[in-house]
Amino acid sequence: MNSPISSDSEAAASPTSGVAPLLSRRDFLQRMATGIVVVVALRDAELFGAEEPTRPVANRQGLPTDFNAFLRIGEDGRITCFTGKIEMGQGPITSLPQMLADELEAPIDAIDIVMGDTELCPYDAGTWGSLTTRAFGPAWRAAAAEAKLVLIELASEALGVPVAQLVAKDGAVFDPKNPSRRKTYGQLSQGKRIERKVTVKPTLKEPSQFAIMGKPMLRRDAREKVTGQAKYSGDIRLPGMLYARILHPPAHGAKRISLDTSAAKQIPGAIVLVDGDLVAVLHELPDIAESALGEIKAEWDLPKTGVNDRTIFDHLLKTAAPGRVVKKDGDLETGRKQAKRILAANYLNGYVAHAPIETHTALASFENGKMTVWASTQSPFGAQREISQTLGLPLEKVRVITPFVGGGFGGKAANGQAVEAARLARLAGKPVQVMWTREEEFFNDTFRPAAVVKIEAGLDDAGRIAFWDFDEYFASERGADHFYDIPHHRTQTHTNGPTGAPGTHPFATGAWRAPGNNTNSFARESHIDALAIAAGMDPVEFRLKHLEDERMIRVLKAAAERFGWKPAVGPSGRGYGVACGIDAGSYVAAIAEVEVDRTKGTVQVKRVVCAQDMGIVINPQGATIQMESCITMGLGYCLTEELHFSDGAMTDTNFDSYEIPRFSWIPKMETVIVENNALAPQGGGEPAIVLMGGLIANAVHDAIGARLLQLPMTPARIREALQSAPATKPS
Amino acid sequence: MAESIAFTLNGKAVRVNVARDRTLLWVLRTELGLTGAKFGCGEGHCGCCSVLVGKKSVRSCNVFIGDVEGKDVVTIEGLAKDGELHPLQKAFMANDALQCGFCTPGMILTAFSLLRDNPQPTRQQIVDGMEQNLCRCGAHARIVKAVETAAAEMKGGGQ
Repeated sequence: MNSPISSDSEAAASPTSGVAPLLSRRDFLQRMATGIVVVVALRDAELFGAEEPTRPVANRQGLPTDFNAFLRIGEDGRITCFTGKIEMGQGPITSLPQMLADELEAPIDAIDIVMGDTELCPYDAGTWGSLTTRAFGPAWRAAAAEAKLVLIELASEALGVPVAQLVAKDGAVFDPKNPSRRKTYGQLSQGKRIERKVTVKPTLKEPSQFAIMGKPMLRRDAREKVTGQAKYSGDIRLPGMLYARILHPPAHGAKRISLDTSAAKQIPGAIVLVDGDLVAVLHELPDIAESALGEIKAEWDLPKTGVNDRTIFDHLLKTAAPGRVVKKDGDLETGRKQAKRILAANYLNGYVAHAPIETHTALASFENGKMTVWASTQSPFGAQREISQTLGLPLEKVRVITPFVGGGFGGKAANGQAVEAARLARLAGKPVQVMWTREEEFFNDTFRPAAVVKIEAGLDDAGRIAFWDFDEYFASERGADHFYDIPHHRTQTHTNGPTGAPGTHPFATGAWRAPGNNTNSFARESHIDALAIAAGMDPVEFRLKHLEDERMIRVLKAAAERFGWKPAVGPSGRGYGVACGIDAGSYVAAIAEVEVDRTKGTVQVKRVVCAQDMGIVINPQGATIQMESCITMGLGYCLTEELHFSDGAMTDTNFDSYEIPRFSWIPKMETVIVENNALAPQGGGEPAIVLMGGLIANAVHDAIGARLLQLPMTPARIREALQSAPATKPS
Repeated sequence: MAESIAFTLNGKAVRVNVARDRTLLWVLRTELGLTGAKFGCGEGHCGCCSVLVGKKSVRSCNVFIGDVEGKDVVTIEGLAKDGELHPLQKAFMANDALQCGFCTPGMILTAFSLLRDNPQPTRQQIVDGMEQNLCRCGAHARIVKAVETAAAEMKGGGQ
């Protein structure tokens, strides 16, 4: 990361602390000529950055995958590791070196990391799905563990001491019986050119042996980020570069019927480029490019679809595919007969934007037939392929470099801006930067799909759930399945393809932090809450009564204990809510307290306790921060975030109308990591966010006795729900 | 039309020859080569372009370069003195008060301005003072903690 400032392209930025200096390919190979290089190739598809079902298929085809991680130990003792993963705030720039240092028995300060450079780093499908630690981590650690074995063998030869007698620690191998017999890793690398490929799985450390893993560690990139030295794609400068502003249609599906660029061309220094649908103004100053774009006159044929943010749910249900069973057990009809009380509801969730503070940005430079692109992307190799295909360039003639990424959340799995920059750079014959405006970000984003979930469930005489019939429409399968002990149940998906067949959605959709699971968990946990109330039971006790999975029972009890939960049948007027979920292999439960202003319809979340079992924890500090981050970000889709649009035109174009969480929203947050060292590390970047919809909806119901079946729970919707709700005890 | 505009930038006198109605943000990021102030929304909603003008935090995307003529402008690059980080920068690091880091320069400079006006703010005053700066990663709680830490460190003064 940051690495990427290429020496052969004269990028105006300097390498930063803890980051390898930038090398050209040739320099890189020369540097590799001596030293110890360990590459790791694990054939299990998941270890190559398994794909999620909602990822574009284009990212899945075969690129060279003969290894997927490697590291090099240099003569200077510096250890450089290379990964196709990227840093967008989620913390692998810290956790990956932590893993490496621990398995390799090296000081963490000796480790440099190069991330997301398609020329220097091995292939990786993309940074998403909370996969970096759980799927990629074992391969990464295996490379380090293998390298340690190589170093011990070398030391054995150099010192004339049997391997079994040697110990590796703090970047050196020594004989504990005679500590003067010692060689540092740098000394062992001198004049050597050793290349090892990991073929067998070396033994990884047990958590009890962790010295650096499992310990809280502050971010390694913090100093660069607090001083303004950290370079993002928009901060890279090349001589002669131009800034582009791109004409985009007023609505999705609009067809351009006329174009007049004459006035824009009159602006000194402005270059207008038209390449099919791509119309752009280039200028050596971005703000002048922007004003020149305003001089372009275009007429558009606008679509009349009748689809808007209110009609979308009917449209989706009409478009849906027949149900396909994801999971079932027992017999629904038997369950229905046993049920004494049946509850049915449709849960709705609107489109949500990723809205990273850094808009999609790329800088492309085309020199001597080779395209180099600095891009804010979660998938540098995906961007490389898209550029190669769109421009008809061989893959090896496209290099994508990933500087720091200013937030992604799934949205930067799509690389439209990188392709635009590459097209314009080739046309202009000069380096071109594309930095989407906020309006473009709200137009071109791959939004989280709007979705409907229909649930029908019944209670038997004893207050147990007799059957559960769950149908999701366009949320996706992730998180659709439940984990409660229910004898007769069926979960169906009605979603074609990742987020629906073409034509389903009025604009592009894609994965948004824990794709699908937010909507599915909102529906499931809301419905479980309604069943608990119908059964006259406390919602925590009701859940425990329907849980057999020990991991879920543990996290729920941990959350209840930390919260100081006192059982009550809802709505209790206290404004307490509970929710459970599973995502990315992690189990999570949370309890919240909210306050609702009945007149205004506003919700203030006062406190959230969240307990998570994520297997072995590599960086407890990072894991805690990700849980807080999920809680905070999740408040947005609970309370305000939903895209307004009509006939393909976006009403929300900036943060004035599309409101994301602010400081005043933040509750008191308490996180509990439920230890589970018997399990390999699981995902941490997403699980807690899936709870937020159900958690806050249940707490709102507990406060006011009104159940919100649609997210976000805007003041208008809360006021409307209050009108139809029975009176409850005052809170 | 281009005019010669002089001001102080991070403690040094600078002069640029630009149209007065260009925004401070783009002049900083292009002619002056300082990319610490970020573009986030272009309309003053997010605060990631915040810089100090006369020690007050402003949205540089909403300020004309002509309006800083003769004034003292500080960007995130100029906050540390002789390599010694400002207490706010240290506190952001120590509290892990950042993730992707894109909003961080604006957060720190907004907090600087806040502490200058109110050296010993309550938690609620910090929340109110930071309210118009957006963070998407969800670092808010730690940012508040960092501002509290810095305020304590600065003991009500020492900007």
